[in-house]
Amino acid sequence: MSYVKSLRGKESGVDYPIEPRTICDADFGPVEVTYDYDAMRGKVTRESIEAGPRSLWRYRDLLPIAGEPRAGLHSGWTPLVRADRLAKHLGVDELYIKDDSANYPSFSYKDRVVAVAVTKAVEFGFDTVGCASTGNLAHSVSAHAAAAGLDACVMVPHDLEAGKMVGMNVFGPRVVRIAGNYDDVNRLCSQIADKYNWAIVNVNLRPFYTEGAKTHGFEIAEQLGWRLPKHTVVPVAGGTILPKIWKAYREFITLGLVEDNRPAMYGAQAAGCDPIVTALEEGEDLFRPQKPDTIAKSIAIGNPADGYYVLQNIRESGGHGASATDPDILAAIELLAEHEGIFTEPAGGTTLACAIKLIQSGRIPRDEPICVCITGNGLKTLEAMDGRFTENQAIPAKIADFDRLIQAGNADSSALTPPPKSTLSEPTHA
Amino acid sequence: MPDSSTQPTVSVEIPTALRPQVSDQASIDVAGATVGEVLGKLRDDHPEFGTKLYKTKTDLNRFINIYLNDEDIRFLENLETPVKAGDHLAIVPAIAGG
Repeated sequence: MSYVKSLRGKESGVDYPIEPRTICDADFGPVEVTYDYDAMRGKVTRESIEAGPRSLWRYRDLLPIAGEPRAGLHSGWTPLVRADRLAKHLGVDELYIKDDSANYPSFSYKDRVVAVAVTKAVEFGFDTVGCASTGNLAHSVSAHAAAAGLDACVMVPHDLEAGKMVGMNVFGPRVVRIAGNYDDVNRLCSQIADKYNWAIVNVNLRPFYTEGAKTHGFEIAEQLGWRLPKHTVVPVAGGTILPKIWKAYREFITLGLVEDNRPAMYGAQAAGCDPIVTALEEGEDLFRPQKPDTIAKSIAIGNPADGYYVLQNIRESGGHGASATDPDILAAIELLAEHEGIFTEPAGGTTLACAIKLIQSGRIPRDEPICVCITGNGLKTLEAMDGRFTENQAIPAKIADFDRLIQAGNADSSALTPPPKSTLSEPTHA
Repeated sequence: MPDSSTQPTVSVEIPTALRPQVSDQASIDVAGATVGEVLGKLRDDHPEFGTKLYKTKTDLNRFINIYLNDEDIRFLENLETPVKAGDHLAIVPAIAGG
């Protein structure tokens, strides 16, 4: 059964039926899915969830679908890694990496939101799905659309990484490159949604799409043994995932599935695109949009649609935010790879770099559980690592040559690992 | 109040979701010297639309983005941005993504 009650204007409180809807007519603000939590009590339990599939659909009672899931049957349920080697390096007691770089099928957190959006597109009878994207969303929409037998038309900025372009093109969507940044693409997409009867997942399916992001938070709580991390560090781009992890935590608390340990949320942004962190530091309720200039292209959104709620949730939770420079972002990518064997994209490097800054500044105490949310995969953004690793000369397949190489390497090990220009490379524990 | 006949006329694009409040017009020609004057006139002519466009008498609803010839007015001079004849003003609700 479905526990969905309505679509409700987040500010106005006006209720709408379950339908494709971009905004609330009353105030042009966002609309959000509401649920009957009273009806869930005693029915949606730890046991009922644990009996579900090993995918994000184990939380289907808390997702806005009417029938059976129609997409993303293997999406979600990504690893929550206890990162002890990195924790030791950073001088903290308990550190976890929620690793959506391993998400299925397109290796980013977007497989969560798209699984729900494409299921809704099928339910509503659309034959074409689309999106405005910085890359990962277009990759995910293209993959899920192909698997569901829907047409896809995805809109992206013109300067995306090759891995992301090939990664989406291979599924056969119509890819439209826009001569502009993501905010230009986003604006065009809202006009396209006006004109074409398509399911634009982050426009007219936005209220359903965003609910999928909750599953990242549900999984953190369940995989942590039905408890919440005290501190959760999340990348902020358009502002979808942080408020939805917060909503996930609140829903589990409401249903009595976890204890309320007063979890705090922290936003991570690249220094070249940090409207939310700037507003946090200046104590402003509203952010000023920025023109992005950062290597972290997947989170280069200067005008975050849900930025207002990111600010609200961070403050409500007692958290904070930080931003990281491009050299710090790249150093953090290597730090995560070298300590935990996880290769993330610059957005993930941003999140870890910001977590480290928040730890170093004392905002996040070293003796409380910390979760860093990694939302994308480094194999899609290989250009970001250009020039960081020297390509060694090939040697003959002879043991003597190998021995010489190893001896030379031992004599000058620094030649194999050029030092990154970042403040993050020093161990931070006392 | 300056005589509107001497002021430049700009076309204001209304997105579908907001059209019911302006008699289903997709675009409206409005005279004014600045973005604020144009939107203020729109508010006066369509009070129901105006109450949603503006949060207070002087501040726009935070869920609305205004673009003058494809540039967000927050990168220009906000409501004080001057307009000239033939300019295009678009009212676009903020939407999510990434």
